[in-house]
Amino acid sequence: MPIPDLPPLPSEAEYLNCIRCGLCLAVCPTYRESLHEIASPRGRLMLARKGLQGELDLRSNLYEQMYACFDCLACNEVCPVGIRPADLAVEMRRVQEQAGPQFWKKVVFNRFLQNPDWLEAATLPVRLYERLGIRGLVHALGLQKILPRRLRDMEAMLPRAPRRPLRQILPEVTSAGGESKRRVGFFLGCAQNLMYADESAAAVRVLARNGSTVVTPKDVVCCGMPARSYGRMEDARAQARRNIELFETADVETVVTDCATCGATLKSYGAFLGDDPVWAERAAAFSAKIRDVSEFLLSIPMENPAKRIAARVTYHDPCHLRRGQGVWKQPRELLKMIGGVEFVELPEADVCCGMAGTQIITHYEMSIKVLMRKLDNLAKTGADCVASGCPVCRMQLTTGLARAGLSMRVTHPVVLLDEAYHSDL
Amino acid sequence: MLDKKILSQLESITGRGGVCSSPEDLVVYGYDGTFEEGTPDAVVLPRSTEDVSRIVKLAAAERIPVVPRGMGSGLAAGSVPFRGGIALTLTRMNRILEIDQANAVARVEAGVVTADLQAAVEKAGLYYPPDPSSQRHSTIGGNVACNAGGPHCLKYGVTGDYVLGLTAVLADGRVLRTGSKCIKDVVGYDLKALFTGSEGTLGIITEALLRLIATPKFFRTALVEFDSMDGAARAVYAVLAAGVVPASLELMDETAIACVEEGLHLGLPLDVAATLLIETDGGDEAAVAREIETAAEICRREGALRLKVAANEAERAALWKARRSVSPALGRKAPNKLGEDITVPREKIPEAMRRVKAIREKYGLPIVLYGHAGDGNLHPNILFDKRDPEQWKTVEKMVAEEFEAALELEGTLSGEHGVGALKRAYLEKALGPVSTEIQKRIKQALDPLNILNPGKIFPE
Ligand SMILES: Cc1cc2nc3c(=O)[nH]c(=O)nc-3n(C[C@H](O)[C@H](O)[C@H](O)COP(=O)(O)OP(=O)(O)OC[C@H]3O[C@@H](n4cnc5c(N)ncnc54)[C@H](O)[C@@H]3O)c2cc1C
Ligand code: SF4
Ligand code: SF4
Repeated sequence: MPIPDLPPLPSEAEYLNCIRCGLCLAVCPTYRESLHEIASPRGRLMLARKGLQGELDLRSNLYEQMYACFDCLACNEVCPVGIRPADLAVEMRRVQEQAGPQFWKKVVFNRFLQNPDWLEAATLPVRLYERLGIRGLVHALGLQKILPRRLRDMEAMLPRAPRRPLRQILPEVTSAGGESKRRVGFFLGCAQNLMYADESAAAVRVLARNGSTVVTPKDVVCCGMPARSYGRMEDARAQARRNIELFETADVETVVTDCATCGATLKSYGAFLGDDPVWAERAAAFSAKIRDVSEFLLSIPMENPAKRIAARVTYHDPCHLRRGQGVWKQPRELLKMIGGVEFVELPEADVCCGMAGTQIITHYEMSIKVLMRKLDNLAKTGADCVASGCPVCRMQLTTGLARAGLSMRVTHPVVLLDEAYHSDL
Repeated sequence: MLDKKILSQLESITGRGGVCSSPEDLVVYGYDGTFEEGTPDAVVLPRSTEDVSRIVKLAAAERIPVVPRGMGSGLAAGSVPFRGGIALTLTRMNRILEIDQANAVARVEAGVVTADLQAAVEKAGLYYPPDPSSQRHSTIGGNVACNAGGPHCLKYGVTGDYVLGLTAVLADGRVLRTGSKCIKDVVGYDLKALFTGSEGTLGIITEALLRLIATPKFFRTALVEFDSMDGAARAVYAVLAAGVVPASLELMDETAIACVEEGLHLGLPLDVAATLLIETDGGDEAAVAREIETAAEICRREGALRLKVAANEAERAALWKARRSVSPALGRKAPNKLGEDITVPREKIPEAMRRVKAIREKYGLPIVLYGHAGDGNLHPNILFDKRDPEQWKTVEKMVAEEFEAALELEGTLSGEHGVGALKRAYLEKALGPVSTEIQKRIKQALDPLNILNPGKIFPE
């Protein structure tokens, strides 16, 4: 029975053939922590199906389960039938948003994330917190201890935010260290730009050192993943068009990013705009150029780093890098290139850390449970340092380590590589 | 819907979050691994035997049906609550209570995931052999309730062969403890055997005492390809008749292989009619190697096209992943599938396979054939679209003929999935009137109010 006044609905093909085998329950972090079918991929899929078939009201209670999904893609990967429960959950968010747009989402996704200046202004308080020394003061007085647990976790999560966003510092074109062998674009993601500027600066240095002239367009907008996650697919598409256009004028054969989520999203532009006659081809061509920084580095001849870093290092796989892009060997290879690094494999390295974008804010308790399991595994490695190719994962791991009182450095693999290149550092 | 008073009484037993009754909660406890559906009136997630006992007492007083549920992977609609009531879900009772290395026994709560138990005992140097393909998404309670088997049951036996004792909550809420850590225990009737395979109709299993064995240290795993189903069937019989007891002897036909390959890209052969997956294991490396060689030799004699022994653990794991994925992978081909698990004595395996083929040809709907060929347990899966009433009618006819074939060949309706709701109609045919009558009386004696999983196993 068709439901009146609804936006285009996901097609039957997305759910009809689910045979309810339950295989996906075994890999789902939200199921594993709750042991409750409603928080499982099969459960979410059945809810969506019943809603779409008109047997269950499409009401907020149902959509809530779609938002409780971490979009970690583990179910997509495991389903032998080829069903993609994770994608359907996100599709359902779109259905909800199109049926009744929410004002705050419009402001965030349509305004802030489409305008880098606004976004930088909006995150100024975080940087001021750091810059004016408030963090230091708060910690000296022990004030963070009187914050409720939840806020304390968030406070710990904030990286040492850079004074200025990288966008304002990095030149549009960074020349190659030696002879330039190629010209690559660098996509500066929001989180990297605003929170982890030093890491992206390191990524650009490493690229340049390995013979690449790096072009970093300044006017890129958000990759579109947050908008997509919150059901604002039209905004995500608009962001995609903007970014495609920018890189078309940059004249580069490859576009590199050091953010797992941006990478996975940019690689999906072809799919985002697949039904747009004007953009489909351009989007597909753009997506084909995207490489994660580790993926790219290992595809070119690389200089061996000279400086030894004596550390036990482990690696956490970001969902959107390992499953989203199939990139997991490369970051490990990069770490192993560094003399002195003793690489230890993290048990369950590819299981979600629980951050999943904004889950620590929207689904705090579940997020913390999933995180605790990650921490147990991290503790088992006895590592001094955990590397991961995603800023959002790194924020979450930082929170968890602080909470557990573990001292372990959290960084991007490419930062360690950059350090190993600079024998003078 | 249960009334508010009962819901709050239930919640006072389980604590907050242990009782759910929103329409969304009810929908997701209305199905299992089949296409059947029903809607419970409430979902209850207990944490202890004590919780379960109090819940069942309340249910008995209020005459509310109680449908036990593990992970809902069952293939007989056993946990589908057709008559409403409480979907009593044991997933949160998932503690491994004890691994007694000295006596090689594990004591676990019913909600433990089978693969988790296996991983835990392996750390202690022990082995729990029953390995239903659903081992990562089914519970020990569900395995015991269905007496689940798996690929390694050819050599090692089924779940029931490892149950030393059970704790079960009876229909009036009393707690039954039966069995012990002793391998031999013949005092009174064997109640643990009665509850094993009882599909939630006699009691709620809350704990199990399971026998463990020494881990087989060495494995050899081979994939053997045939250009005819008949050749594969003959090879299965010939291997067994020669006195070789592989740990597993699994069959996959061409469609099964194609479906798995489409999803997993493991490099499986797409140009053959059937494959056998043969594994030998044991504590003596030379013997294990010799056994696989003998099996290989026999397969060649029966016309095997190619034979490849896994070179390392990764290759072995890939072969098993392929085998375990067959059942769900068939979902790629059609919206619905109906998989049976008819079982015949080993001598009749080739004939059983010929009969299945004949049924397929007679009705024209595709039947994919795979299964635990070594123990005569075959999984013919009919692919169809339930939305088409014509197809559904045909399916019912085909299933009836499959069952008839199995019985004619001195076999049985179900080797591992159980009767549930799907095979009720054929029960008497398989058991005969005397056995059926006795079983009904056992049910009445233990559950006079008929509140435990009503409507399952026995035809109305
Ligand atoms: C892909 C796939 C592969 C499978 N492969 C195999 C296989 O190789 N071998 C095999 O034997 N089966 C197999 N099965 C069937 C199924 O996994 C088994 O029957 C399993 O034992 C069910 O366990 P569960 O926890 O999911 O139970 P459920 O499906 O939840 O319940 C099954 C039955 O057991 C009852 N039950 C569950 N828990 C309890 C309890 N604690 N106390 C009393 N009654 C209870 C239920 O009422 C129901 O009747 C497969 C299923 C799938 C989907
Ligand atoms: S989504 Fe896939 S893995 Fe999950 S129950 Fe459905 S068919 Fe099985
Ligand atoms: S994407 Fe991850 S969290 Fe979401 S349903 Fe799938 S496995 Fe569970």
